[in-house]
This record gives sequence, structure tokens and C-alpha cells, in this order.
Amino acid sequence: MLDLTTQYLGITLRTPLVPSASPLSQDIDGIRRLEDAGAAAVVLYSLFEEQLNLDAQELDHSLSAGTESYAESLTFLPEMGPFRLGPEGYLNHIRKAKEAVKVPIIASLNGTTVGGWTDYAKQIQQAGADALECNIYWIVTDPELSSADVEQRYVDIVKAVKAAVTIPVAVKLSPYFSNMANMARRLDDAGADGLALFNRFYQPDIDLDELELKPNVLLSTPQALRLPLTWIGILFGRVTASLAATSGVHGPEDVVKLLMVGANVTMLCSTLLRNGINHLRYVEQGLRDWMGAHEYESVKQMQGSMSQLRCPDPGAFERAQYMKGVKGIQHVMVTGREAWRLLNGG
Amino acid sequence: MTRKFKTMDANEAVAHVAYRVNEVIAIYPITPSSTMGEWADQWASEGVPNIWGSVPHVMEMQSEGGAAGAVHGALQTGSLATTFTASQGLLLMVPNMNKIAGELTATAFHVTARTIATHALSIFGDHSDVMFCRTTGFAMLCSNSVQEAMDMALIAHSATLETRIPFLHFFDGFRTSHEVNKIELLEDDDLRALINMERVFEHRQRALSPDHPVLRGTAQNPDVFFQIRETANPFYDACPGIVQSVMDKFAQVVGRQYHLFDYSGAPDAERVIVMMGSGAEAADETVEALNAKGEKTGLLKVRLFRPFSVEHFLAALPATVKQIAVLDRTKEAGAAGDPLYLDVVNAIHEGGQRHISQEIRPLVIGGRYGLSSKEFTPAMVKAVYDNLKETAPKEHFTIGIRDNVGHTSLDYDQEFSTEPASVVRALFYGLGADGTVGANKNSIKIIGENTSNYAQGFFVYDSKKSGAVTVSHLRFGPKPIHSTYLVSKANFIACHQWIFLERYDMLSALVEGGTFLLNSPFGADEVWDHLPRTVQEQLIAKRAKFYVIDAYSVARDTGMGSRMNTILQVCFFAISKVLPREEAIEAIRESIRDTYGKKGEDIVRKNMQAVDETLAHLFTVTVPTTATSSIPMPEPFPSNAPRFEREVLGTIYGNRGDELPVSVFPVDGTFPTGTAKWEKRNLALEIPEWDTKTCIQCGKCAMVCPHSVIRIKVYDSRLLEGAPATFKTTDARDKEWLGLKYTIQVAPEDCTGCGICIDVCPAKNKGETRLKAINMAPQPPLRLSEKDNWDFFLQIPELDRRNIKVGNIRQQQVQEPLFEFSGACSGCGETPYLKLVSQLFGDRAVIANATGCSSIYGGNLPTTPWTKNAEGRGPAWSNSLFEDNAEFGLGFRLSIDKQTEFAHELLNRLAATVGEELVASILSAPQKDDSDIYEQRERVVRLKEALKDLPSLEARQLLALADMLVKKSVWIIGGDGWAYDIGYGGLDHVMASGRNVNILVLDTEVYSNTGGQSSKSTPRAAVAKFAAGGKPGPKKDLGMMAMSYGNVYVASVAMGAKDEHTLKAFLEAEAYDGPSLIIAYSHCIAHGINMTTALQDQKTMVDSGQWLLYRYHPERGMAGENPLSLDSRKPTRKVQDFLQMETRFKMLTKAKPEAAKILWKQAQQDADVRYRFYEYMASRQFEEKTPEKH
Repeated sequence: MLDLTTQYLGITLRTPLVPSASPLSQDIDGIRRLEDAGAAAVVLYSLFEEQLNLDAQELDHSLSAGTESYAESLTFLPEMGPFRLGPEGYLNHIRKAKEAVKVPIIASLNGTTVGGWTDYAKQIQQAGADALECNIYWIVTDPELSSADVEQRYVDIVKAVKAAVTIPVAVKLSPYFSNMANMARRLDDAGADGLALFNRFYQPDIDLDELELKPNVLLSTPQALRLPLTWIGILFGRVTASLAATSGVHGPEDVVKLLMVGANVTMLCSTLLRNGINHLRYVEQGLRDWMGAHEYESVKQMQGSMSQLRCPDPGAFERAQYMKGVKGIQHVMVTGREAWRLLNGG
Repeated sequence: MTRKFKTMDANEAVAHVAYRVNEVIAIYPITPSSTMGEWADQWASEGVPNIWGSVPHVMEMQSEGGAAGAVHGALQTGSLATTFTASQGLLLMVPNMNKIAGELTATAFHVTARTIATHALSIFGDHSDVMFCRTTGFAMLCSNSVQEAMDMALIAHSATLETRIPFLHFFDGFRTSHEVNKIELLEDDDLRALINMERVFEHRQRALSPDHPVLRGTAQNPDVFFQIRETANPFYDACPGIVQSVMDKFAQVVGRQYHLFDYSGAPDAERVIVMMGSGAEAADETVEALNAKGEKTGLLKVRLFRPFSVEHFLAALPATVKQIAVLDRTKEAGAAGDPLYLDVVNAIHEGGQRHISQEIRPLVIGGRYGLSSKEFTPAMVKAVYDNLKETAPKEHFTIGIRDNVGHTSLDYDQEFSTEPASVVRALFYGLGADGTVGANKNSIKIIGENTSNYAQGFFVYDSKKSGAVTVSHLRFGPKPIHSTYLVSKANFIACHQWIFLERYDMLSALVEGGTFLLNSPFGADEVWDHLPRTVQEQLIAKRAKFYVIDAYSVARDTGMGSRMNTILQVCFFAISKVLPREEAIEAIRESIRDTYGKKGEDIVRKNMQAVDETLAHLFTVTVPTTATSSIPMPEPFPSNAPRFEREVLGTIYGNRGDELPVSVFPVDGTFPTGTAKWEKRNLALEIPEWDTKTCIQCGKCAMVCPHSVIRIKVYDSRLLEGAPATFKTTDARDKEWLGLKYTIQVAPEDCTGCGICIDVCPAKNKGETRLKAINMAPQPPLRLSEKDNWDFFLQIPELDRRNIKVGNIRQQQVQEPLFEFSGACSGCGETPYLKLVSQLFGDRAVIANATGCSSIYGGNLPTTPWTKNAEGRGPAWSNSLFEDNAEFGLGFRLSIDKQTEFAHELLNRLAATVGEELVASILSAPQKDDSDIYEQRERVVRLKEALKDLPSLEARQLLALADMLVKKSVWIIGGDGWAYDIGYGGLDHVMASGRNVNILVLDTEVYSNTGGQSSKSTPRAAVAKFAAGGKPGPKKDLGMMAMSYGNVYVASVAMGAKDEHTLKAFLEAEAYDGPSLIIAYSHCIAHGINMTTALQDQKTMVDSGQWLLYRYHPERGMAGENPLSLDSRKPTRKVQDFLQMETRFKMLTKAKPEAAKILWKQAQQDADVRYRFYEYMASRQFEEKTPEKH
């Protein structure tokens, strides 16, 4: 009997397969179907504080534009309300999801103010979410803002949210730090129960006919796997927070690889959008088949087995990849491992 | 019982009662009554019950006639039913009102009394509409104030059940309907106490029911009709007494005692005014003031005007009365006197004849006041009493105007005032968009509902929809406020927009030692030097306390944008001290939470921040002792404007129209066109600037410009001589114009800064792609140079129309617009279509314009955007009514066709005299394009030359009709409220007539002009007034209905989606010799959209299939082809992509997400089905029949 269970954020999950935040979880029926297809937990789409504020401002502007100007048309739209401009819709969604399925529901939050992070986090907990993923979707463009300030803000958010709620808190973050490992350690120290690696930021495309930037959300490719694979491999055993891999997980072998470098869960999104919810069944069966064929007994057995700490050639884990990538160019550089040692005095 | 005090206007007060004591409410929008229907619809959608715990059914109808019919039906089947209306709407109800009264059916209609259109439409108040109903058999009950409106609404509903006579309850449009005042709210128990359930059961018992069937509504003959008509007399005889007993019961329950005729003033008064309506409040105040000075005056307020009780009237008059002035707020031209006057004369006469009151034989004179909400002040009331003192008082006088033609007017002392010192009076000048009115309504609420003080607010609006000035008149005091006239002496004046300093004389109303608050970009130390001299002089002379705040900056810094309401409200309370400062600030905070809480925490936070920031930016200015400024107050219109425009229209524009005497005006409502160009409104903070190098000369910017401020000319380079240094020009790119120069010029002082031109411009600057061929730049630094450029541009001759290919936009847009600088909303979606009509056909167009937005920005005084070309030709424009526009326009066609036909006949008769060849060429002229028209005009010139000296009657007749020989283009224009609803019957008939008219429906999918009520054009899922829960049904397919005739050209267009398609449709429609219908999608501020990018909405709308582009051409059908051409591509986007762009749809997802989900899904289904249906029809091949083989 294969044991696929895993621990994520202190919660025991049936398998390491978790659909990440996507439109699939925007309605309850979708969440039910995800559970039916074998999702071990569901990460809901994100509540964006900024979006709530923008919606409110837009509505306020639209309802007042042109009013009280001409005697026949002092207003243009009926008095309605109260409008559900706060997180009520999202909170209701959590409640309904909890009623509809048995698997853990992980809510996702993106705040813009400290008050927003903590208030919404509390409400999310009250609504019944089993855990909270802080989706720190923050593209820093201000040249006046130092990396130290940016990093401190991440830490402050995690501390504030942790102080506000008792449910486990994961942090979803980008890889764009000078020292990702140090950042991971600081978030770990700040109390993060899990790290979800990584957020893929919006990167616009150019429409050459219109000479305009076009929003162009690309679904991830299997190649995207390499980034979380690298960093989970490096971080495994070095942080207490559990690790979730969120990019490039498409097939059973991807799952195997990520588990081997140390992921507690592997999160699927693009492949489900591309292939449908039932693709989850295929991935789970594939995982089982692979484990059976290779005589693995449990996911736990695999987890971290190929991490930097446990793999046969830890140096190759870092440098070999880099050197392959820039074949023929000789660089003298400090490896990640050496940097880690230097920074941690080890 | 302790009742709540609330601040509200009379529309809300009346709706509060009417909604609660009825079961069926039929509504239709018409100013100023629309709000009552809106309240009813909103309460019903929120599930608010009536006094019997049930939610009334509220139904919008297609017209007021329809509403009256529905009410009649509801009453006949036993429900308690009501409706609300005004003006022409009330007139449309008259036929049903006669029926309802003839059948002795209990109901009350609530009417905001409004002027009936005569020489002009007016949305404002007088009694001309209700006086039309004197013959309907309805009882007529008048209320004079907001409190009375609520009270009388209940008395009307109670009395109608008791008497079986239907009631028309009326109160003055705007002055009462829109005045915000502190009133005591009637509770449901009050309503229950006054509604006699036994009478309700009797009403039910009389209902039509198959369980106890009767026949009602018979046809009767000469033998019995008369007798039966007289059977109702006992009910009318009993009515006044019953109404008085209801009033007495009301007094018992509520505490306010009313009488059929309420007398106030000296018990031994000799001079008495008799009147009704809001003016009586001003008269009451005057009587008190005059009597306090020892005069003996009295006022008799008429409450129950019909049935008119002579007994009660005479009993209410003091026995001492010697002179009576009866004031009518209506005009019955040609009558022996106005209606109330005649009733009073009759009452006095009958009183004597019937020995009711022998001793009362006073002199009775009549006077007219307050037409169309003309101010009626204590000064005018005093003049009326003074007139009565004369040995030979002026009879049939007017008061409030200067009539130097008929010499009817009484002089009055404008300085006379009765305002008590205990009342704080404040005036606020704001822009519509800046939130001034909202802030003032809020202040009234704070004072009225949080303190024992009373508060009153009245708001005067502009005739423009963009950049409109609003003047708020506020009063606060320890006693109820009855001053039903504008504030003329203010303790506090606030100017919320710097630009008004140069435009309005605000400070003449300031009392000595009063306070002036100025929103100024200049600080306390520098502001003085920027003030116009007159303002400086007035501040010094009045020893004013002067404060400044830079509310623009505070609003910007606190994220409030252009809305300065909270900031200026804080300033008012901080300076005026009507409340202790801290108490006031806390009350403002509380009201922010109340008002904005439902719009989200972020909005509340920003407003709170604005409160905090305001006091730190409010400064006192020390007023110097001498005026130093050399900045003049400019004349409203420039000196080169024609005299009439300058002296009459300019005076109106300068807000001094009240000062103009009768003699300066035309006698029949006829005004010159081409006058909007004189109003240089300078509204735009930024204007478009042309980049000659990037421009591809596509013409799109000019085409979409809603205000016709972007113009294109193509001209010979020699005309550039003397051009200002900054005048821009480039070579024309079109190969047919090689060698000519090309200029796009912006009218800098007429632009509203909407930015829609920038959005549509397809040309990008290759080095800096954020820039286009036309870009917004700050207006002030460009104003003077661009003004010179504009003036230079104007004197460059227009390109000969014969050299313009009208089929493509890049050439067509060189045509001169004959519709310019309208006061429509900035970024209006309707006006580009009108401008297009004016460019293509304006020099030979006659336009029938339905009442609505287009009749307001098209024809609201002082000016009109319809204009003339250099030859003096241009659109001739008229507005008849709302409901009859199609018929009105058909009348034009019939008339023109008849005159043309007669001219042809005369030509043939006179051929030998004027020349056979000329006659033949005139009669055979094709007149298909501008060249043909040009040639025909040349022929007509020759014809006139030949005719001018001929003495025969036929020659003179032909000379008078000669212009009809040039083809005329008849346009019938209006909105969807007209075309889909109230005017549909007429529209249908006109289409069926087969006559050559062009019908342009500016489809905004709501009644835009009256504030966004739902029409049958409103699409499913849209939130609109009267569809507060989201429109549950689909949009009517007007085009499909028109196509069913087969001989009607039908086009559905959306300029923002496909401009070439729009142009093609307009050309085809006009060229088709038969009826044409163009349904033109017009984005609207009522949609809750970003007006700058509204054309993107249109594009998405078409891309999603929410709006289809098509043309149905009968001539294609005649040629054996499928007449329908579907010009939209298969939808590439979801309908929700469009719905997400507009608040009218999106707000439902925020307020009622479950309902929104269903309706949005249905909206997608509507679009899917519609597209597939049209696609199916348009793709049918019309195969030619092949002869059968034998």
C-alpha cells in the first residue's frame, strides 16, 4: 500500500497534489470537482485589498460623476446598497467552500496596508479557512526603495499576520531577492509556516500593430519547474517552514522531482487550466505508478532525498546547473553553498 | 406619539405617504416628479411594505397616458392605486382622469406643478398644468411647503376614499418638490388612523369581478347621458365638508390643523391676497412683517381648489376686507381672467346673490406671478399690497417682471426684505462635478437632524450639462423656515471655483460684515492681487471677513480627486459657527460614515483624511483698505457678437436674465442659430494639441469630438499669409489634395477636455509611443496663442464641398460642422452623430427634435449649437413635444413635399415666362450629391432673378416657394425614451407612411435627460432607475420591428466600433427615397463609465455581440438580393467583458451578486440568440427564379 500522505503547514494531506489559486476555485462547483478529482487541499483565488479599494473608488466615482449638475438629472443611477465592496463575497466563498468539501481550504490574501493584511486575515480565519497563504504580489519599481526595506516589509507582513491569526500561514513570494536563502530564513524566523515558491509576476507583451503593451498571462511551461526545484532543493532542511512548489508542475514526474528535492506539496494550476480538472487524477495515478515501478513506499521516503543536503553531490546541485547554462564561459564566483556558509558563519 | 424630524424634499415626503397607502403604482419619468417614482421603485425593490405589510407593485409604463390607463384599470379591479406626474405628462393623463372621476373612483394623483410648453418648454414650476385639469372632475388639493406636501398627500388619500372623488394633489415643481426642509415625518400609525378601512372595503366591493359581474364604461346616447352625468352632483356637494372633516381628523391625530381656505394676517385686514402654492409662504412671511409695522393685511391660502366651496371661501375671509388681489401662477391667454381670479370673482358675486355674505363686497383684482418658477419674493408681495392701496389699482397685473410692452407689471422695491436676523443665510457657488450640492444637502441634514434648529436648502442649476454652475441657497434658524424664495442677502457666501469670480457677481448679495470663503489656488498672502477689481471693492465696502482654502490641493493630496465636498463643508462649519466647531466636525465624520460606508472603507478613510487636512489649510485673509486690481469683470459675450446676442442672450448667459424686460424678446419663441460660439466657457484644464508629424490625417479625432472643437481644413498655401507664428499646418496627404495645406485646429475656449479624441487617435509617435498625433496639454498656457490660431483658422474658407468625397472619413471630416460647442455632457456619445448629420446634410436639413437631452443641449436658452455656414444656410431646428416627434417631422415632410409639388406645378405654368430650358433643368435635376445640389441652387438663383420683377400672383407664389426646389433633408431625432416608448406609436406610423424621412434614434438605453430611467431599450441586467434590481427583460429590437415593413431602410450603428460603417449608414439612409431608421448607440454618463474611453466600451460591446452592426436596405431587396447585411463579425469576446466595463451592469454584482449572476448569464444568451438569428437571416441567398422548363 503506497502512502501518499504529506504534511503541509502542519496539516496532514492525503496526497501532495494541491491545486493552487486559479479561476477553478472561483465557484463552489469547481472546488467540489477539484476535490472529486483528488485534490488534497484547495488554495482559493486571492483576495486583493487593492482591488477592493479600486472597485470602491471606481463605484464612488461612477455613481457621482455628472450628478447634481443639471436640474432634470440630479443623479443617473438608482440609490442602491449597501454594496458588497469589502471582503464579504470572498469570506462567503470560504464558508460555502468549507460546507461543500472536506479537504482543507487554504485562503489567499494580498494586502496593501498593514491594517488590510491583519484585518482581512482575521476575517478569513473567522470564515473558517484552514490556512492562509499570504500572496505577497509586490513588483517593486521604486528606485528609491532599498532591497533591505523591501525585505523588511515582507518580514513585517508575516509577523503581523502571524500575530493576528492562529491558523497556519504560508507565504507565497517571488524569487527576486539578492539572497533568496536568507530571505527564506528570515521569513521562517518571522513565523511563516510554509513558503510557496514562486509567484510568477505579470510580464506584459507588446502588440506590434497597435504599439501597445498587452496584458498577456502565460500559463507556465514544464521548464518553469527548474526554479522551484532549485530553491526547494537548497532550502530543504534549512528552514522549518514547509515548502510548496508552485510553478511548472505538469505531470507525475514533475511531482516526483519536486518531492525529491523536498517539497511538502506540489501545486498545480496551468496544467489543470490546460487539461481540465481531471488531469489531477492522471497525475496522482502517474505518481502512484512511478512510485510502484521504482519501489517507493511513501511520499515521505522521497521527500528531500535529492535535496542539496542529501544528494550525492551538493556542489554540483548549484554550480553544475549554472556551468551548464553558460557552457564555455569561465566564471570565478562564489557558489550559493559557499555564500550560505559565509552568511551563516558555518 | 413622538415623531421623527427628517430633512427631505417634497418629492420624497409625498412618495413616503403615497407608497405606503397604495398597492399598485404606475410610473413614468417626467421632471420634476420623476423622483417620486424613483423612490417607489427603489422601495419596492428593497421590499419595503405598505401600511398593510405588503409590497406595492410598481410598474413603469410607456407614457403618462399609459400610467393613467394602468391606474384606471387597477382601480377598476379594486386596488388602491396612484401615480406621479407633471406638465405634459399630466395632460396625457387627462382623458383617463375624466373617466376615473366620471366613475367616482377613489385615487390620488400627485403632481409637481410645472409649466406647460407653449412658446418654449420649461421644466420649472407654475400651475398651468394643473389648471388644465379643472374640467376633469378631480378634486384639487394644493400644498405650499414640504411639510404640507406630506400632510396633504395623506389628506388626499383619506379624502378620496371618503368622498369617492379622485384627488389631484399638487405642489410647486422645484420650489417645493426639490426644496430640502426639516419636517416632521408621518408614521405608519398616522397613515392607518387616516385611512378608513370601511371605505377601502367599499372600494374593493365596487371592483370588477367575474364573481359579481357588472358593466362599466358604457356608451350612452342623447336621451340619458346628461341626466346620468348629473347624478354625481351630491358627491361633489358633499366633498368640501368631508375634506374639512378629514383635515380635522388629521389635526386630531397629528396636531397640524388645515382648512379648505386658511386665513392668516390681521383679523381686521382690509387688503387680502388670495393665492395657492409655495408663493403663499412668502406672502405669509410678508403679511407678518407688514402687520408688525402697523399695516392691516391678510392672506387667504386656497387648499381645496376643486370642488370650490363658495361658502367656506367667504367664511374664511375677514368681514373687514375691502380689496382683494387674487394671484394666479398661470396664464390663460385670452381669458377674462386667470382661473383662480375668476373663481374668486364668482364666489364674491354668488355670495351676494345667494345672500351668503352680503357684507363682503370687496374690490377684486387679479394678478399673475411666478410663471416657470420666476422668483416670488416678499418685495413683490408688498408691491401687490401697495397696489391695493391705490385708488385705482392696476388690474390684471403681473409681478416679478418688467413688462414694458403691455405695461402690466407692478414696480417693486428689490431691497425690501423680511428675512429675520435669527436666520443664517448662505450662498454657495459650485460646479456640478465638485460636490457642492451634495455637501450642502449633507449640512442641512446635520443641522436639521442633529440639532433643534431648522434648515432649508434650495439649489439652482445651470442650463448646461457640462461645466454647470450650481448655486446653493441655505437657511438655518431656530424656527421653521417658510422663505420660499432665493437668498438675496447672505451672511455667508462661498465660491468653490476660482473661475466664477470673473463670471458672476456673487458679492452683491453679501450683507455688511458677512463672510466670504474662496477656494483659491493662491494663498492668503497672494490671493488679493489676483481678484477682479469689483470683487476687491465689494469686499472692502462690505467690510467682509475673507477666508481662503486651496481645496483643489487638499482634495488631490487626500485622494479625493475633483470632489471637494467634504473639504468645503468643513470650512463652512469652521467659519460660519452655526454649530460649535468640534460638534460640527464630529457630525461631519458621522455623516461620512453614514453616506460613504456603503461605498467601502477606503472611501470613508479618504473623506476622514480630508476633514483632518482641511482646517490646516484654511486661512483668514486681511482685507486691505483700497482696491488695487486692474482685472476687469469681462462682458459675457464678446463685442463682435450681434447686438441681440450680446444684449439679450449674453445677459441671460451672465445670470442676469431676470433683469430683461418683455420688449427685448421675440413674440413667438423664435431665436437665431449659431449662438453657442459666443459663450467662451473655458472649461477644459487640458486641451488637445496636434502633432503634425505623427498625424496620418485620418479624421477620426474630428469625427468623434462631441463638442465640434476639433476642426479640419484643407486649403491653398497662399491663405497662410498672415498666419500667427504658432499656427500649425502641413501638406495634405490625400492624393486628391496634393499641393494643398492641411490643418487640424482646436477651439481652445470651447473644448471641454473630455479627451475622447486622444483615445480614438490611431497614430502613435514612433519615438515615444505614449504620445499620439493629438495629445492633451494644459489649456492656460495655450489659451491665448490657440485663440489667435482659432480665429485665423476660422477665416480660412471652407473647401468647396464638391471637392470632398463624402464616402471616406478622412475627406468627409473636412466638411464644416453646423453643430458646434453644445452644452452636452463632456464626452457625450450622442453629439458626434448630430454633428455628422450637420456636416453631411446640414445646409439643407430641417430637424424635428424630440424632447430629451438633444433638445436641451440643442435648444436650451441662452444659446444653441445649431449654426449656419458662410452662405447663411444651416439646419432649421424645432422641438414640439416628447411624444409627437415622429409625427411632427412627418408634418415637415408633407409640408415640404406639398410646397415642392406646387412649385413644380408653378414652374410648368410659368415655363414660357422664365425659360423652358431652365424649368426643364430644374425639374430633372438629380440632386443626389453636393455637386448636384450646388448646380440646382445656381438654377434656383437664376429662377429667382427671372421671377423677382414679375407681377403675377403665380410668379410671386413661385418666388416664395423657389427654395423648395432644392432638395430638403428631413431629420427626426430623439432618444430611446421617445423612439422605443412614448413616441413608438407615432414612429411606427411614420415608418409605415413610406415618406422620405430620416429617423435618428440616439440610443443611450435609458431616459438620459430625466436622470437615467429604464426604457424598453435598456438591455437585460442593466441597473437603471425604475429598474433598480437590474432590468429583468431583454432590450426591444426596434430595428427588427422596422424591418418588418420591408420598405424602411434600417441601420444599427456604433461609431466607436466602426466609424466607416456609421458614415455609410448615414449616407445610405439619407439617399434612400423612403423612411429610414438609424439606431445609433450612444454612450452616456448615465452608464457610469469613463467618458474618455467610452469608444472602447462601444468596441467591446460590438465585439461581444451585445450590439449588432447591420444595414437593411429595401433597394437591395428590390434588386433581388438579401436586403439585410450583418456588418458585425462573429463575437470574439464574452458579453461579460463588456458588462464589466460599465457601472450600470457592474453595480448589480456588488449589490445583488446572486441576481447579477443570473441576469449576466441571460444577457449572454440574449446576445448569442440575437447574433445567430441575424446571421441566419443575413446569410440567406435570394436566388433568382429560373423559368420552368416545358
